[in-house]
Amino acid sequence: MSAITHHIPDAMLAAYAAGNLSHAFAVAVASHVSLCAECRVALGAHQAIGGAVLEDTGAVAVSSSLKDDILAQLDAAFTPEPVYERNVIFPGPVMEAMKGRAPRWKKLGMGVRQDILSEDANGSVRLLYIPPGQPVPDHSHNGLELTLVLQGSFSDETGHFGVGDLEIADEDLEHTPVADPGDPCICLAATDARLRFRALVPRLLQPFFRI
Amino acid sequence: MLTQTLDNPRSARHASMARRYERTPVSQTETELSQQTHWMIAVRDNRDRNAFAALFDHFAPRLKGFIIRSGASAHQAEEIVQDVMLTIWRKAAMFDPHRAQVSAWIYQIARNRQIDIARKENRPMPEELKEEPGMEPDASQILALEQEAGQLKQALATLKPEQREIVEKAYLGELTHQEISAQTGLPLGTIKSRIRLGLERLRHELKDLKQ
Repeated sequence: MSAITHHIPDAMLAAYAAGNLSHAFAVAVASHVSLCAECRVALGAHQAIGGAVLEDTGAVAVSSSLKDDILAQLDAAFTPEPVYERNVIFPGPVMEAMKGRAPRWKKLGMGVRQDILSEDANGSVRLLYIPPGQPVPDHSHNGLELTLVLQGSFSDETGHFGVGDLEIADEDLEHTPVADPGDPCICLAATDARLRFRALVPRLLQPFFRI
Repeated sequence: MLTQTLDNPRSARHASMARRYERTPVSQTETELSQQTHWMIAVRDNRDRNAFAALFDHFAPRLKGFIIRSGASAHQAEEIVQDVMLTIWRKAAMFDPHRAQVSAWIYQIARNRQIDIARKENRPMPEELKEEPGMEPDASQILALEQEAGQLKQALATLKPEQREIVEKAYLGELTHQEISAQTGLPLGTIKSRIRLGLERLRHELKDLKQ
């Protein structure tokens, strides 16, 4: 296993700490941090700045009854949020996005498969399965695309991406990721817009496959 | 009680502190660590309601001010303060003073709860890391992290007003990641080194993470 070399930029980690990333990007960032010590450390530094801002923000007096109200609730029963554990290659936040189930692969042709975990006007989160040596259909983006490798590796015009590496591709990048020899490449891909494909046929298929 | 939880009996430092402890009821560590850290550890380890009430007195008005600054009404802000304080009580077991200062930990909870309530969905969070049961706390690490956080706070206070406003806006969630410049003007290197040491204590968890 090689070390992670493609990390989350500081500005994106700061926006994640502050809660100002789309749900789709937050899934990708939380998944990368689950795998990457360096970005977990960097996120801690951003939380420390957030803590300093919190300490320095002007205090506003709370109602006199608030403290007693809260103290009275400490023993109240509550249902903890479910915790999704890592399942082999899928980190906790990916398991949460799948609600604990196994991937439901849909064939896209040429051995490529995908499982759309969520999609709305603000973006999409999907798993991609790419057989070794196989390219992902040539595409550019309307917005940003974050791709996190969970198994195997891929290479494109910008470099080599192994397990835990996060590629950030903006709309100017027309890239052709190709899965490297070895294990099939499984990635988490998060976008803030739908992908558009260059080749005619995939574009016509887009409404059917929602890619 | 706290001194026992925080001291590392194997360290040479402890021997000298123990001698001092005979002369004075307050150990050096106990006076040096911030009250907030003591309160939080007492809440975590002993479910100490008085310590929780002290945390409330310190943080609730700051949280209210912070939440109002991010756009909530005074009434909404108190509801969120209540939610955040109860989350602190319920999730106290996850607090690790070797990796996060109390204000940093509470900052992240506050932002998460604000987003969860606004979007009616749970924010994707990284997998939590836990200490091995029975692991000895390392008071010098906790203290050093606190000191770094204090220096970060001072650095924030000495920024030019316009620079400081940008930092505040970023960590209040008012700027997108594209709008946040990676250059905050804050020295993050030293606190990252210290958080990294806190993370490296968790060697059994680190095997799932990559450097």
